[in-house]
Amino acid sequence: MMDNKYMLKVKDLHARINGKEILKGINLEVKPGEVHAIMGPNGSGKSTLSMVLAGSPAYEVTEGSAEFNGKDLLAMLPEDRSHEGLFLGFQYPVEIPGVSMVNFMRAAVNAKREYHHEPPMSATDFLKMMREKRAVVELDNKLASRSVNEGFSGGEKKRNEIFQMAVLEPKLSILDETDSGLDVDALRIVADGVNTLKNENNATIVITHYQRLLDYLKPQFIHILYKGRIVKSGGPELALEIEQRGFDWIKEEVDNKEGE
Amino acid sequence: MSALNQYLDLYREHQKLIDANGAGPLNDLRGDAYAQLSDMKLPKADSDNYENCDLEAILAPDYGINLAKLNIDVNPQATFRCDVPMLTESPFMLINDTFAASKSMIEGLPEGVEAGSLRVFGLDYPEDIKRYYGKLADIKNPIVALNTLFAQDGFYLRVKKGVHLEKPLQLVNILENGMPLMGVRRLLIIMEEDAEATLLVCEHSQNPDVQFLDLEAVEIFAARNARFDYYNLEESTEKTSRLSALYLSQEEGSHVSIDGLTLFNGVTRNEYYTRFNGEHAELHLYGMGIEDDSRKVSTYSHINHAVPDCISNELFKFSLDDEAKGAFTGRIYVAPGAVKTEAYQSNRNLVGSDDARMFSRPELEIYNDDVKCSHGCAIGKPDELQLFYMRTRGLSESTAKLLLKQAFMADIIDRIRIPSLRDRLHLMVERRFAGERSACAGCPVCKSHEA
Repeated sequence: MMDNKYMLKVKDLHARINGKEILKGINLEVKPGEVHAIMGPNGSGKSTLSMVLAGSPAYEVTEGSAEFNGKDLLAMLPEDRSHEGLFLGFQYPVEIPGVSMVNFMRAAVNAKREYHHEPPMSATDFLKMMREKRAVVELDNKLASRSVNEGFSGGEKKRNEIFQMAVLEPKLSILDETDSGLDVDALRIVADGVNTLKNENNATIVITHYQRLLDYLKPQFIHILYKGRIVKSGGPELALEIEQRGFDWIKEEVDNKEGE
Repeated sequence: MSALNQYLDLYREHQKLIDANGAGPLNDLRGDAYAQLSDMKLPKADSDNYENCDLEAILAPDYGINLAKLNIDVNPQATFRCDVPMLTESPFMLINDTFAASKSMIEGLPEGVEAGSLRVFGLDYPEDIKRYYGKLADIKNPIVALNTLFAQDGFYLRVKKGVHLEKPLQLVNILENGMPLMGVRRLLIIMEEDAEATLLVCEHSQNPDVQFLDLEAVEIFAARNARFDYYNLEESTEKTSRLSALYLSQEEGSHVSIDGLTLFNGVTRNEYYTRFNGEHAELHLYGMGIEDDSRKVSTYSHINHAVPDCISNELFKFSLDDEAKGAFTGRIYVAPGAVKTEAYQSNRNLVGSDDARMFSRPELEIYNDDVKCSHGCAIGKPDELQLFYMRTRGLSESTAKLLLKQAFMADIIDRIRIPSLRDRLHLMVERRFAGERSACAGCPVCKSHEA
């Protein structure tokens, strides 16, 4: 049964890559206006979850379901997930030499408009929009005219992800370690960008190791992912506890339970 | 029976006619070519250096050759549409291997530049042509031998000592006929000391339903400190075969660039043989091929570093889809004593379908220690991660692949040093990958040219 109250509803999601099971039953519900954070030790499946939700062909979903605004997310092509309003900010944004940012974004914007039966955007409107969206993350005009992510610094790549998010205006953004590799100033720019784009109709899932991004984004829900499952969920206080105590106590809890 | 026999028969029957419509220096070498071909066995398909290339099959059709140089009723100004911005008001034209040019075109050339019909120059200045004609091209090469046997005309360019030709020259080759036709064309290019020039050669076949064979031999002499940029752009049809052998010799301090661009073709074989005779010379040899359906392209190059202190830089890129086949064999030879040689060779290939095939053999043969050389090849599919990244932004898989293919060719195009050709070619490649059969339709440049 579809439940329109939820933007995203993930049920008992299992997925594997190269025959190895990484996600072992994920349950997650996200409503419009919410910010969720997913934390967890390395190798727990955080990036896999984001890749599977975005539709990476490298992963195979073996069990479970995911609904996005009442539609079967897992049945959709990656590009249609994007058109429907899902955005993945990559942990490692991909360099595409020879494809300019401008051409890339124009193709993206017009593909989305075509999907929604809208005419292509005029060149003037498009350039105006690019200018406005660049301002959100203070992205240099020069970067926009270069090849996608090629020769960008780590910080520039992450800002470029948020720039693309601003252009595409997604309903649900999954930001996979968008804070990693950022200095203090870049982190503030990225976080301000995300906050600027936030409203009551969209939602954000932030995957992170660190409290510092959460200080800016103020998620209402914290989930701890370990061994392919969400083993603990809570409010902002859970993130603070992780910051102080690390993950070991949670690991022990889970491992002991498994041992029983 | 070898496909060669029909050509040997044709030559025997029409020797007089061929000579009568040729010129002394061209006629002089036919006997040698005939002797070579009589003893020759064509290399077998897929044999060494002829991977994905079948000369017998290419030569098998019963092509006509316009030996009598009859005027085939072609009005190129009326039917011909060029995809490339016209670099000159009126380019030189070879229509079915016969030179066609107005007097004004030739008289408009700056002083110190001779350009025009190889036949006419051969008749008027036989001694000048004799000094160069056939001196580089190896008559043992079947393409050269067959070309030499029948070549009656072509293009001749000589840029005299110290003359710098600012504007690029353009030569347009057109094959147009109602029945299968072989165009036999010869290019002879002499760059004297300190001379500078650029030549763009465009290849077209007009009738997509007719089989054509474009049989070409090119000889380029670059004297001391000469600079020469040569571009060959093929935009023929699926029923066109092309056999081309280019020979280049470079003297001290000369700087030569060669670009072989295959945008539309049927079956193409491009060979490049270059030799450094003097130190501090530089060669840039680039090429690309966009192959789909069942098109074929095979490339062979041999770069001879015979003397010290020269630089060669070679890059060929091919994109293959559907059932297309490609081959690249590149050989760099660094002679004993050719110290301080710098030779870089790379062949990169994007194979977009399971049925497409690419063969690549980059080879270095080095006979001294004091060199900087590299060679390499890569054959791969479009990058999965790049495709996925683009799709998460809403691009369809086919659009994402299209952008990646265009991007793949970008560095070859960016090296082109004629700005208008470079810009135009970016667009033509984009359209080619997007599946447009003719890149030319609606080209605003030609429209303005017509007006």
